[in-house]
This record gives sequence, C-alpha cells and structure tokens, in this order.
Amino acid sequence: MKKKIEANREFGFETKCLHSGQIPDAATGSRAVPIYQTSSYVFDDPDHAASLFNLQTFGNVYARISNPTTSVFEERVASIENGRAAVALSSGMAAITVALTAICEMGDHIVASRALYGGTHTLLTVNLKKFGISATLVDPDSIESFSEAVQSNTKAIFIETIGNPAINIIDIKKVAQVAREAGVPLIVDNTFPTPFLCQPLNWGADIVVHSATKFIGGHGTALGGIVVESGSFPWDNGKFPGMTEPSPGYHNIKFFETFGDFAFSMKIRMEQLRVMGPSLSPFNSFLLLQGLETLPIRMERHCENASQIAHFLEQHPRVKWVSYPGLTSNKYHQLAKQYLPMGAGGILSFGIEGGVEAGKRFIENLTFLSHLANVGDSKTLVIHPASTTHRQMNYEQQIASGVLPELVRISVGLETLDDIIWDIDQSIGKSSESFS
Amino acid sequence: MNENQALIDLFQQFKKFAIIGVSQTWQRPSNFVGKYLLNHGYTVYPVNPNYQRVLGQVCYPSLSAIPYPVEIVVCFRRPESLKTLVPELLKKEVKVLWLQLGVINKRVKDEAESNGIQVVMDRCVKIEHARLFGGLNFMGVNTKVITSKRSRIVFN
Repeated sequence: MKKKIEANREFGFETKCLHSGQIPDAATGSRAVPIYQTSSYVFDDPDHAASLFNLQTFGNVYARISNPTTSVFEERVASIENGRAAVALSSGMAAITVALTAICEMGDHIVASRALYGGTHTLLTVNLKKFGISATLVDPDSIESFSEAVQSNTKAIFIETIGNPAINIIDIKKVAQVAREAGVPLIVDNTFPTPFLCQPLNWGADIVVHSATKFIGGHGTALGGIVVESGSFPWDNGKFPGMTEPSPGYHNIKFFETFGDFAFSMKIRMEQLRVMGPSLSPFNSFLLLQGLETLPIRMERHCENASQIAHFLEQHPRVKWVSYPGLTSNKYHQLAKQYLPMGAGGILSFGIEGGVEAGKRFIENLTFLSHLANVGDSKTLVIHPASTTHRQMNYEQQIASGVLPELVRISVGLETLDDIIWDIDQSIGKSSESFS
Repeated sequence: MNENQALIDLFQQFKKFAIIGVSQTWQRPSNFVGKYLLNHGYTVYPVNPNYQRVLGQVCYPSLSAIPYPVEIVVCFRRPESLKTLVPELLKKEVKVLWLQLGVINKRVKDEAESNGIQVVMDRCVKIEHARLFGGLNFMGVNTKVITSKRSRIVFN
C-alpha cells in the first residue's frame, strides 16, 4: 500500500518553452503541435453535448471558446509565467479589454500608471468611460500616487512592467502591496520583458497580460494576446460579486465556487470570449508557439544588442539622452537590477539634437532599420511615437506619458550588431547635420 | 514514483466512488464531480440523507447503507463534521479518502493514513482527473504535465 511518492520535477524555463501544454496526440503522435483548423467539434451524443455546454465535462464545443492548438499556447504561457491558467485572445488589446471588463462593471474605477501604450491609454480614458468605468492615471514613479488614487469603487490597478515608450520601470512589489491593501487585483502588462526576463506573478501581481505579437511570437507574423491568472487572488473578498454570485451570462454558475483557482480564466472564456468573440486563430497560435520555443535565446540576444547600442548612443556626441534601464546612469537602473536581472529588455529610446524634426529625419535616413508601429520583431524596428503611436494624445498628455517630441523608440533586433550600429550612426550623422 | 504518477495509478486502479455530501442541484461542484465521473466510466454512489436519487442513481443516506463495495470516498462535507468518518471508511474497507477543495482536516487525514487509507486533501477530483487524463488542458490551465509520450486517452 505505502509507495514512496516523490514530488513532481520542477522543469526549467527553457524546457517549459518547448514542452508545456502539449501531449503528443493519441491519433498521430505528431511531435509538432498540430493546427486544428476547425470551427467546431463533434459530440458523442446529446448527453455528452449537454455535459460540455454545462461545463461538467471539459472539452471543445466551438472554436470561439476553445481550440486544441490555442490551448497548447495558453498552457505554455501560463506555465512560463508561473500562473495557474491563461486565455488567449486575438490581440494584446483584446487581452487588456477582456481582463478589465471581466472585472469591472458600470460605476467601477481603475487606477493605472500614466506611462502606457497609447492604445491602452485610449481604452482607459475613452472606450471604458463610455460604459461608465472610470480611470485615474497616476505617476508610475510614486507609490503614494497609486494608493492615493484608490477609491471605494476601485476594482483593479493596471501597470506595464516596462512602460511604453518611456522605458520606465515600476516597483511591482510595492504596487502589489497597494493592490493587496485595496483588495483589488494588480494587472501587469508584461509584453516588453516577457516572462523570460520578469515574472510579475512572482512579485505579487495577480494577473498578467501580453501582446504576444511582440517578443513571444518574435517574428512579426501573427497578432495575439493572452491573459494569465495567478490563481491566488481572493475573489470572495466581497468586492467581486461577478465571481461569486450566479452568472446570468452562463447558466447561473458561480465561477469562483465551481472553478476555484482558475475561475477568472473560466469567466473570461465563458462570458467574454463566448459573447464578445475576440478569439485567437489556431494558425496564429501555431506561429506564436513557434516563437515561444526560441524565446529564451532570442531574448538573451535582444538584451545584449540593446545594451551595446545603448552604450554606443550614450557616448555619441549628437545624442542628447538615452533611456535604457541597463545603463548605470539610468534612473531606473536599480529597479532593473531587481526586476530584470537577466537583461533590461530589447527596447530603448533616445533623443538627438534638433527636436521633432531631427527625430523624423533620423527615421527617414535609415537604411535597413524598419520604420513601423511594432516592437519585438527579430528585425530592428524604429518609430517616432509623438507623430505615430501616441499622436492621439495632446502635447500635455504626451509629456505626462514620457513621449518627448524628439523621442525615437528602437526595438533592437537580431541583425549583426555592427550593422545596426552603423545604420543608426550614419542616420544620426545625416539627421543632425544642420545642428552641428 | 512522483505525485502525478501516483494519482494516475489511483484513477486507473480504483473505479468505485461514493460522493458524500452530494447536491441534487446541477450547478453545484459536488454534482459536477458526480456527472464528470459517470461520464468517464466510473461507478458513482451518491450519499446524502436528503435525497432519493441524484444524477439518475440511487442516493444512499450513509456510506454504510451502500450495499456494494466502495474504493474511493469523495467528501464534500464540512471539515468539522467528519469525526466518525474514518471508522466508517474502515468498516467499508475504503482504499482512498478524497477531501475536496476547502475540506481541510489534518486530524482526519492523519487518522485515515495511520489506518492504511490513502488520502488526497484540498484538491478537486474532477480537476485532478482532467489535469492528468486530458480535458483541463483545453481550458488553458497549467497542468504541469510535461511528457514526450503519446497520449493514450481519446479525450471527451
């Protein structure tokens, strides 16, 4: 009777990136994750169908709710974020939208860092406002500004691990403490560092969201997003009746009672995905899984190249300033050492002499660095946020978000380092000529 | 043998479940568990003195009232109401006591184990089965199962 039972092996990050979520399927034994390109799944009989609809049996009904290729991607990201469960969405913005709307109702309030991606800023200040959900945007460098902004109707705190495009770093552990005291989940957009560099759930965050389009996919080929839950948030603290009371949106199930530590994911899946419909295509899931397999080695090189370029720019006579937390001169360097010990990420921003016009000319004079609105590609990407990603903000909002007029953002790729530096250098030379 | 394999063995070796504290309301977790086990080919004996039938099965007022052998007892009762449970398990020659999520009683666990009964505590039998045999992975849950062996289960 008594058998010697050992603990399950705790596998390493790289192993998880390659294996988590996939058991080779019974039918074929396919080693690669198969693309289940289907809209729906046959039922065995009416009772089986009813059990699936009632969630009494776990399985697939319709690909808007779940898909076996996508579920490998979901489990793999949950695994490398050290989370309990994840739900994939059609984009990073869809991930943020469903996470916030699953938690908040009309009359609720969100506290968020004001250094955010432009789309998130608009979601918080324009779109959610239309549904009666308000937001207070606060100074990401001041923990007090977070706690002072919390109201009785606050239901979530939202931050980015590394702010876009200011490249600021937030003290996650301290903001998590504010969230804990307020009894609300801390949601962290972990797109820029990826779980290879930082795992916010380990620092006290409750929910992580990603634009998987970026470093997770890594090749600029597929849009995707994901929400990961830690499984340890106390949804029964009285503030979240949507988690504890019968759901009018799904058979009067009480999500927290029925699904416990993955109740939030189930609520998103059965209420948000099923009804609003922003599901991830299985083909995109396949591409994002391909990206995940090499995430660790790509991130190492992204960080190494970005660090070298930051040092080069810091020494450059025509560069006014460089923002990269890996530099010892950077105001976020200590936070980077704490939260990003393996590397400060692949993204940096800088400004050259000559303001807005010099910033624009720098982008025009590049040879092979690509001018486009994305980050996290294997190729080096550049953008001038004041005239593109953050242009819907007014000047004051831009400054508050860290978008200086001359700021150029670089997402450092995996090309030959000397070539990237050469292109930056020659373009700076041409762009700031009239000011030298 | 690791914890995952021990649970896989448990589900393959034992097929006869009694669910004590089962509810007749289909949205309740105890009813979910019964339905799930029936769907996966297990024998389920519901136990609750308030009902005649649950999930289309005869419902018994107590464990000892079940006229058949029982191998696993799944417990949905309050942890403080289990004082007489272990003697009942022994009388019925039960092999495994499964205390559901939130049913945490260290004294009962120790008492059962010292009498040779295997105990799983504070876990859901449905979630653990679906984690190891497939199903839970379709819901994006981190099953922590890592293997290169082909699945032997055709999921349903």
